[in-house]
Amino acid sequence: MHYESPIREPLILDDKSLHDITEDVARPIEGSANKWWWALFLISLLAFLWGAGCMAYTVGNGIGVWGLNKTVGWAWDITNFVWWVGIGHAGTLISAVLLLFRQKWRLSINRSAEAMTIFAVMQAALFPLIHMGRPWLAYFVFPLPNNFGSLWVNFNSPLLWDVFAISTYFTVSLVFWYMGLIPDFAMIRDRAKKTLIKKVYTILSFGWSGRAKHWQRFEELSLVLAGLATPLVLSVHTIVSMDFATSVIPGWHTTIFPPYFVAGAIFSGFAMVQTLLLVMRKVLYMESYITIKHIEYMNIVIMVTGSIVGVAYITELFIAWYSGVEFEQYAFLNRATGPYWWAYWAMMTCNVFSPQFMWSKKLRTSIAFTFFISIVVNIGMWFERFVIIVTSLHRDYLPSSWSMFSPTFVDIGIFVGTIGFFFVLFLLYARTFPVIAQAELKTIVKSSSSQSKKNHHE
Amino acid sequence: MAINKKYFQSLSQLANNPKLDLLQEKEFADQLPAEAFLGDEDKLSESSTSRRDFLKFLGFSTAAASLAACETPIQKVIPYVVKPEETIAGIANWYASSFYDGNDFASLLIKNREGRPIFLKSNDLCEYGGVNARVQASVLNLYDNSRLKDPMDNGVSSSWSRVDKKIIQGLSANNISGKGVVILSSSIISPSTNSVIQAFVRKYKAKHVVYDAMSVSAMLDANLESYNRRVIPTYLFEKADVVASFAADFLGDWLDSGHGKNFAAKRNPNNGSMSRHYQFESNLSLTGANADYRTPVKASEMGVVLLNLYNLIAKKAGVSLVKVALSEHRNILQKMADDLWKSKGKSLVIAGGNNIHIHLLVNAINDLLNNTGKTIDFSIQSNLKTGNDQHIAQLIQEMNDGKIGALIAYNVNPVYNLAQGKEFIQGLGKVDLSISFAEKLDETAAQMNFVCPDHNYLECWNDANPYTGIYALVQPTIHPLFNTRQAQVSLMSWSDLGDDYYSYLKDYWRSNILGVTSWNSALHDGVHKLKTKEKPVTFKTSVANIVAPLANLSGDAIDLVLYSKTGLGSGEFANNPWLQELPDPISKTTWDNYLTISPRFAKEIGLNNEYVSNGALDGDVVDMTIEGVTLRVPILIQPGQAYKTVGLAIGYGRSGSGKAGDGVGVNAFLLAKEFKSILSGVSLTKVEDAVHEFACTQLHHTMMGRDRIVKETTLSEFNKDPRSGNEQMMLETHKGPQEPEKITLWEEHDRDVHWWNLSIDLNSCTGCGACIIACHAENNVPVVGKEEIRKSRDMHWLRIDRYYSSDMTEEIAEEEGISSIDKFLAMEVASTSESLEVVFQPVMCQHCNHAPCETVCPVAATTHSREGLNHMTYNRCVGTRYCANNCPYKVRRFNWFNYSDNDQFDFYMNEDLGKMVLNPDVTVRSRGVMEKCSMCIQNIQKSKLDAKKERRKLKDGDVDCACATACDTGAMVFGDGLDTSSKVYAQARDPRSYHLLEELNTQPSVWYQTKIRNKA
Repeated sequence: MHYESPIREPLILDDKSLHDITEDVARPIEGSANKWWWALFLISLLAFLWGAGCMAYTVGNGIGVWGLNKTVGWAWDITNFVWWVGIGHAGTLISAVLLLFRQKWRLSINRSAEAMTIFAVMQAALFPLIHMGRPWLAYFVFPLPNNFGSLWVNFNSPLLWDVFAISTYFTVSLVFWYMGLIPDFAMIRDRAKKTLIKKVYTILSFGWSGRAKHWQRFEELSLVLAGLATPLVLSVHTIVSMDFATSVIPGWHTTIFPPYFVAGAIFSGFAMVQTLLLVMRKVLYMESYITIKHIEYMNIVIMVTGSIVGVAYITELFIAWYSGVEFEQYAFLNRATGPYWWAYWAMMTCNVFSPQFMWSKKLRTSIAFTFFISIVVNIGMWFERFVIIVTSLHRDYLPSSWSMFSPTFVDIGIFVGTIGFFFVLFLLYARTFPVIAQAELKTIVKSSSSQSKKNHHE
Repeated sequence: MAINKKYFQSLSQLANNPKLDLLQEKEFADQLPAEAFLGDEDKLSESSTSRRDFLKFLGFSTAAASLAACETPIQKVIPYVVKPEETIAGIANWYASSFYDGNDFASLLIKNREGRPIFLKSNDLCEYGGVNARVQASVLNLYDNSRLKDPMDNGVSSSWSRVDKKIIQGLSANNISGKGVVILSSSIISPSTNSVIQAFVRKYKAKHVVYDAMSVSAMLDANLESYNRRVIPTYLFEKADVVASFAADFLGDWLDSGHGKNFAAKRNPNNGSMSRHYQFESNLSLTGANADYRTPVKASEMGVVLLNLYNLIAKKAGVSLVKVALSEHRNILQKMADDLWKSKGKSLVIAGGNNIHIHLLVNAINDLLNNTGKTIDFSIQSNLKTGNDQHIAQLIQEMNDGKIGALIAYNVNPVYNLAQGKEFIQGLGKVDLSISFAEKLDETAAQMNFVCPDHNYLECWNDANPYTGIYALVQPTIHPLFNTRQAQVSLMSWSDLGDDYYSYLKDYWRSNILGVTSWNSALHDGVHKLKTKEKPVTFKTSVANIVAPLANLSGDAIDLVLYSKTGLGSGEFANNPWLQELPDPISKTTWDNYLTISPRFAKEIGLNNEYVSNGALDGDVVDMTIEGVTLRVPILIQPGQAYKTVGLAIGYGRSGSGKAGDGVGVNAFLLAKEFKSILSGVSLTKVEDAVHEFACTQLHHTMMGRDRIVKETTLSEFNKDPRSGNEQMMLETHKGPQEPEKITLWEEHDRDVHWWNLSIDLNSCTGCGACIIACHAENNVPVVGKEEIRKSRDMHWLRIDRYYSSDMTEEIAEEEGISSIDKFLAMEVASTSESLEVVFQPVMCQHCNHAPCETVCPVAATTHSREGLNHMTYNRCVGTRYCANNCPYKVRRFNWFNYSDNDQFDFYMNEDLGKMVLNPDVTVRSRGVMEKCSMCIQNIQKSKLDAKKERRKLKDGDVDCACATACDTGAMVFGDGLDTSSKVYAQARDPRSYHLLEELNTQPSVWYQTKIRNKA
C-alpha cells in the first residue's frame, strides 16, 4: 500500500468515510435541482438557442453576415475555435498526464475536467464547420474514397491535420472519460430505486460488476489510454498552432508557436477548470473533495504556464526585432501600438501580469481571487487568439490591402451561443453524471484523507 | 333486325349447359380464400411480406412519390429552329464597329457569343481614339433594364405609327405657324447622320444646335481667334519630348481617350528617349499622378502661372514680355521653360478648362515654341467636340421667348447637365412639340412630349468621322432588344426619306467616302482612311489683350474645380454598375462623388475624415454655396489637392438613369454656369452631426517604407545602370548571401509545355482602370454595391493599388533619431508637401509557382497547373478562406453571398436581361467559394484548341488575357514564358523586371517593371 507522509495535507477533508463519498457523489443525481440550477440552465439554453439561430442565419445567407472582409478572412470564428480547443486541454492533461505522474490530487477533479474538455472540444469543432462557405460540403475534408475522379484531400494543409488531430483527440478523450465513468455509473445503478433510472444507468454502466477482473481491465485500460492521450495533449494544440505557423503571414509564421500554444492551452484549460469547479464545489457541496489544496495546485499550474506564455510573447517580440525582417518587425510593433493595441494590452495584462499574483500563497489560496483570475485568464486567452489572428491579418504585406475587422451581431451571437451550449451540457452533466470519480477517489481514502491522517496520529 | 341477333360465347352456351347458368350467376367462380388466408395466423406468418415490409413499401413509395413531386429546377435550352449562318454555339464572332457617345471615340472589335455582344476590344487598324473604362463597360448598357421598351407619348407607351403620325402633324403645324424647329444634339461625328439631319433641317427649315456637356467650346473659340479655324487639332504626344500640362487631364477625359497610348509610346526608357511631363493642376488628376513633376496650383492662379511661363519663354525667344506678378512657382517654371525651349518644336503645352484666355495664351506659348504644325497637328483635326456654349444659351433664351415650336433632343440631357436646367424646363413649357431620342426616360426625356427611344450603338448601323480622313463604321451586333428605333430612322421617316438607314448609309459611303474600296472590306476593317491634305495655320493673336483677365487673382477666395472621373465621365453611363464600382484611380472611392479638399485646408477649417471600427471611411458633410447655388456634399481629404481649391466630380446625382445610378452623389453640373469648370468664391459650412459613409477599395495610402513593392528610379539613374532601383535582393544564409529564389524547400513544378506569364510595366501603366472593367466583363466578376465595398469586400480580380509618397522615410527617421513607433505613424500619412508622388500598381493573382495558397487548402481546391497557372476549382471549394489569408498579395476574393439571382444585389445578375452580358465560358460563382484571377484560362484553352485544330504550335500573340487586351498603353504583356521568341520572355529578362515580394520566394508568374521618372 502506498505510504504517504502524515505532514502532507490531506486530499479528502472532513473525515469522509467511503460511504460518505458515495452519498456525496450520488446526491446531485438522486436529488432534485434547485432554482439556481434551473435559472442558470435557462439562461444557458437561451444563449444556446440564440447562437443556434445565428448559425442557421449564417448558413442560410452566407458568411457575409459576419464582419469578415477580403483581408481579414478569419476573425471570431477561428479565435473561438482555438479558444475552445485550448480550454479543452486541461481535462486530458489532468486525467492522463497526472495519472502517469501518479498525482493523486487529480482524482477529485479529473472527471469534471474531462467533461469540460469534451464539451469544449464540441464547441470548438462547431467553428471549423460553420466557418466554411459551404458547410454542406464539409465531408470534402475527409479522405473518403469517392467517385469524383482522382480527388483526394490535400495532406499538405494544416487544416486537414486539424481535422485528424481534433477528431482523434475528441475520440480518445471521450473513450477515456467514459471508461472512467463506468464503475461510477454502476454505483448509481445499484442505488437507483426508480426502474427507468435503473435501466438507463444499467445500459450506461455496461454491465459493470466490480469483479476483480473488471478492475484489472479497468486499470490496464486506464494506463493504456493515458499513454495514448498524453501525446495528444501536446499534439492537438501543436497542430492547431501550425494553422498559423506554416503560413507566410507575418505574426503567424513563427516556429515558437507549438510549445507556446500548448502552454497557453493548458493555461486557459486550468483557468476554465477553476471557474467551473469553484462554483461546482460550492453548489454541490464538494468542498471536502475539491479542497483549497487542489485549487492551489491548479493555481500553480496557471502561474507556471502563464509565465511560459509570457516568455513566449517576449521571445516573439525579440525574434521579430532580431530577424531584421521589416514585415515581421512591423507586425509586432503594430500589435502593440497599432489600431488593435487595446487587444494586445488586454492580452498582456490578463495572461502575463495577472497570473504573477499567484506567487503569493495568500492569494493563490483565496477562492474569490482565484475565481477572479480564472475569468481574467480566459478573457486574456481569447484576446491572445484574436490578437494573433486579426492583428496579423489586418496589416500584412501590401499596405494597399490593409483593413480592419469589426464583429457583427452574428459573430457575437455565435460566440455567446457556444458558451450557452457549453454550459447547457455542463449543467446537464452535473445533474446526471457522477461529478467526482468516486470509485477512484476511494482508493486514496486510506492514504490521503483527513481520516487516515488522524488515524496515523493515534 | 340486328338487335334480335344473338351470338353465343361458347359451345357450352350453345348447348344450353345448365352448369353454365349457375356459373354465370356468380361473379367469382370459386370462393376467394380471404378468410382462409387472413384467418390463419400460421399461414400469415409464413408469408414473405410481413406487415413491417408493407409499411416499408408504403413509406418508401410515399417518400419516392413526394420526392418525385418536388419541382426540379428547369432551365430552358432552346435550340435554333433555323440556325443563323454565322453562329456556331460556343464559338465567338468578332465584328468591327465603333463607339462614340459624345465624348469618347473608339474603333472596336466586338465579341459576339450566340448572338450576344459580351466583350469588346480596340481595333488595331485604327490608331485614333482609345478604349477606356467607359467604352469597355458600354456593353453592359445594352442590357440595361431601364431602357425604354416602346416609344412614349406624353408618358404613356405607344406605337411607332401613332407616334410618327402625331409628330409629323406637329412638325407640319409648326412649320405653318412659323416658329422654329430645333434639333438639339451633342457633337455629331457621323457624316451620314449629319446628312440625315441636314435633310430634316431643309424640310422643316430647322436649326441644329450642338453643345457638349464636357464643353471645350473655349478652346475651339480660342483656336478660331488664334488660327482662324474653330477646330481641335490632334496632339502628338508620341513626338513630344517635353509635355507641359496645365490642368489638362489628358490621361483622363481631356478631349480624347486616345492620348494615353500616344503618351506611353514616348515613355519607354529603353528607347533611350523618354518624354518629361510637367503638370500644374489643382485637383490631383490621373494625369498629375503620372507626372514627373507635379505642382499643385490654386485654380484661379493658373493664369498667372501661365503668364509667368509665357514671359520665361518670351525672354528666350526675344519677344516682348507681359506684365504680371511673379509666381511663387517660378523655380519649377524656370526649369520647365528651359526644358521646353531645349525641345523647341518637340514639346507640347496644353491646358484644360473652358476659359478662352487660357487657351489663347497656350496657343501663344506653343507658337513661340514652334510646336504648332509639329506636335500640334491642325491637318488632322478632331471632330469629337464641336459644341458651342453660346448657341445653347441662345436656344434656351429663344425657348423661353416662345420662339421655338418644336425641339428634338438627340443624345443630350440638358435638364441634367446644364446649369440652366431649370430655365430649360421652363422654356420647354413654351415649346409646342418636344421629342427626345433618349434610350431611357432620363431627366430631359421625362419632360418631353414624345420619346422615340434610339437603339443602343450595338444594335444599329452608323458611321463616324472622328478625325480628318478617318472614317469608321458602326454595325449592329444584336437584333434590337426592344421596340426601339434608330434616331436617324426617326428623322428620315419624318422627312420622307424612308426608313432604311442602312441603305442610306451605304449609299452615302459609296458616293462620298469609299472610292474604289469595297463596302465589305470597309465594314470588315471597321475603319477606312482617306489621305489628308496639309493645312498650315498661322498664329495671329496678340497676347497683350489677354493679360488682364488672367493676371487677376482671386486672393483668399476658395476656388472650385469641376472634374470628371475616369469611371463616370459626364454621367451618361451612371446606371452602369461596373463603372459605379470602378474605384476612382486616385481616391479609390466607389459609388460616390465628394468634395476633394487639401489636408492643410481641411485642418484649418475643421473638416475631418475618419475611419470607423471596420476600417471604412466616414467624412464630414458641408453645405457648399457658390453663386447662389447650394449643394450638400461630403468632403474627402485628398493629398496633392491645391490649398484653398476644392474639387467636385460631375456625372453624379442623376435622377433618371436607372436603379444603379440614381441618387448616387450630387449633381455638380448645377454649378457649371456658362460651362465653367473653374469657379471662385465658394463658401463652405460644415453640417453639424452629418456623417457621410464612403466606400473605398483601398484604405491605406502609403507604402510604409516598403519600397520594394513599387520599385522606382529616375531616368538619369536608369541610364547609368538599367538595374537601378531593382538591385538583386540577397538574403543572408549559412552559405552566405543568396538570392531568395535559390532558397527553397519545394521541388520545381514540371514546366515543359507552356508557362503563362504576365508582365506589367509600371512605367507605362497610367492607372486608368480599363483593365478592371475588361476583367469584369470577361470573367463575370460580380458587382457587390456600396455597402459591401464599404465592408472591404470588393470582388475585383484585378485591382490597381495606388500609393502616395510619405514625408517620412527610413533615412529621415534614422537621421533625426525618430523612434520606430513614431516613424511608422508618420509613414501612414501621405505627403502633404508639393512633392507628393503617386504610383500605381495593378495587382491580380500572381500565379505563384510556389504558391502559399495551394499548400493550405484542405481539399486541394486550388492547385498548380503544368503551365504555371494557379487553378481554382470552384466545385471543390468548401470556403475555408485559408488560401485568402495566406495569400501575401491578398488577391483572392470570397463570395460572401450569392451575388447572382439574389435581389439583395440588384444590379444586373439578378435579371434575365442583365445576365445576357455574362460570358458563357466562365462559371458564375456561387456563394461560399473563393475566386480569383485565372489569367483568362478560357482564352488560353480556346487558343490552344484552335492551334491544335490547325496542327500548329501556339505562337506569341495567340493568347491574351482580358486585362492585357484592354491595356491601351501596352503596359501589360501576356504570353508564354517558355517561348524564347515571345515578348513576355524578353520582358521578364528586362533589367527592370522584378517579382512582387520577391523575398517570400513565391516565384510568381507575374513580372513588374520598375517605374522610371524622368527627373534630373
